Amino acid sequence: MKALALAIVALVGGLLISATVDFPDWGDPASPASLHVSPHYVEKTMEETSVPNIVTAVLADYRGFDTMFETTVVFTAGVACFLLLRRREPRPGPSRVYRHRATGVIVEMSQPPDTEPAPEVFKRIDDDWTPHDLIVMNVCRLLIPFIQLFGLYVIAHGHHSPGGGFQGGVILGASVILLALSWDLRTATTRMKETATGLMSATGVFIYAGVGALALAMGGNFLDYAALSPILMVDPVAARSLGIFFVEVGVGLAVMATMVLIYRNLASEGHLDQGL
Amino acid sequence: MIWQIDLAVLILVLICAVGALAVKDLMGAAILFGAYSFLMCILWAVMGAVDVAFTEASVGAGVSTVFFVAAVFRTSRRSKD
Amino acid sequence: MEEYIPLFLTKYNYWVYITLMMIGLWAMIAKNNLVKKIVGMNIFQTAIILFYVSIGAKYGATIPILQHGSGHGHEAAVHAADYINPLPHVLMLTAIVVSVATLGVALALVIKIHQRHRTLEEDEILEQLRES
Repeated sequence: MKALALAIVALVGGLLISATVDFPDWGDPASPASLHVSPHYVEKTMEETSVPNIVTAVLADYRGFDTMFETTVVFTAGVACFLLLRRREPRPGPSRVYRHRATGVIVEMSQPPDTEPAPEVFKRIDDDWTPHDLIVMNVCRLLIPFIQLFGLYVIAHGHHSPGGGFQGGVILGASVILLALSWDLRTATTRMKETATGLMSATGVFIYAGVGALALAMGGNFLDYAALSPILMVDPVAARSLGIFFVEVGVGLAVMATMVLIYRNLASEGHLDQGL
Repeated sequence: MIWQIDLAVLILVLICAVGALAVKDLMGAAILFGAYSFLMCILWAVMGAVDVAFTEASVGAGVSTVFFVAAVFRTSRRSKD
Repeated sequence: MEEYIPLFLTKYNYWVYITLMMIGLWAMIAKNNLVKKIVGMNIFQTAIILFYVSIGAKYGATIPILQHGSGHGHEAAVHAADYINPLPHVLMLTAIVVSVATLGVALALVIKIHQRHRTLEEDEILEQLRES
């Protein structure tokens, strides 16, 4: 198997390397990829959409249909992960582990108790991985609001600087994942409920498609934000800029919720009770 | 575009890719893959693709590594090759 | 030999990308561990993304964010040669996010396989399937 793989790899690699002789030189400004449609994007973006970051403008406006289905792919991956892993029945293995908050003593119960102990006296902890690090927990608690603020900034400021819905959504999702890593999965799940996560993921895609459908209802083409100018009460160029913002919010919401959904199901094997 | 930085990062990327596949411990492979992603992000920043570099820094180096670590934590760290 | 030096200087980037891509392809075919196969898949993906992004690179150009004052519509003319081609960036930005989503699904499948077979090694799984 290894020899066969090596032969295939050597063959394909040799063919590709011999093909590079015909490629344009690396960094050549006159390469064919830079001559057809991209000069239009570079030169006309400012007057057509008033968005300085060309990447954001092309992503959400000129190629908005493409990005809509990319968002749908992310949403679908989240749903696939949920359907593959999520289990309703509790994890096998009866023991439950609690930490007495005042003294730090660890108590293990061999049978699941009929009534949970009072949560302000006993805190439930994971049975396979039980760190209790005050410094990590409190530093992360202080850090998470700033991470979320930065995520919102990245989504909202994607018009003028690198960033946008995808990056901001991932940063927001990472803040929730950080909470699950530094505290535990149950804390993160109570802060962001499972149904809320699924709904947010679907809402993000819905916002994107909804903005497109609204443009269609206003008499423009699908995802032609200039048609939204009567509702937004701005001129068509500014309406395109605002439309890009709405779409980015939808993308951010969908990506954030999907990242949290995938992480949660992976880390707990779908039981959502304890995990990394 | 500074070719010295470019060449150095390209070599490091190759080393990280081979290392991530060669190491026997899957947790080590996950961490080396994170390093690979981050070097890739530097490479794109050097090329001027700032949005792509930003995405890779948050997605590739951040969330993918956490996914790998979570999956390895839930399965096994052992690898025969 | 002399004529190969300019070829090397203008093309060595592409050769490194192809090497990375082949490392990924080799790992997907020949590696025995499923997580290693997924790492190989991701290396393959990033190599292709690297190739696409490098197509847009231009010597002497700046990042694709336009210089602008306040307001819009009355700017100085923008020349396409001054800015890096933004189109490959757009296509690959979404590809990266999709790659992490597919990574999540792949790892979910790996966890399901481990739940059933208690191993991640391909040959051990095949042996278990043959016995049953």
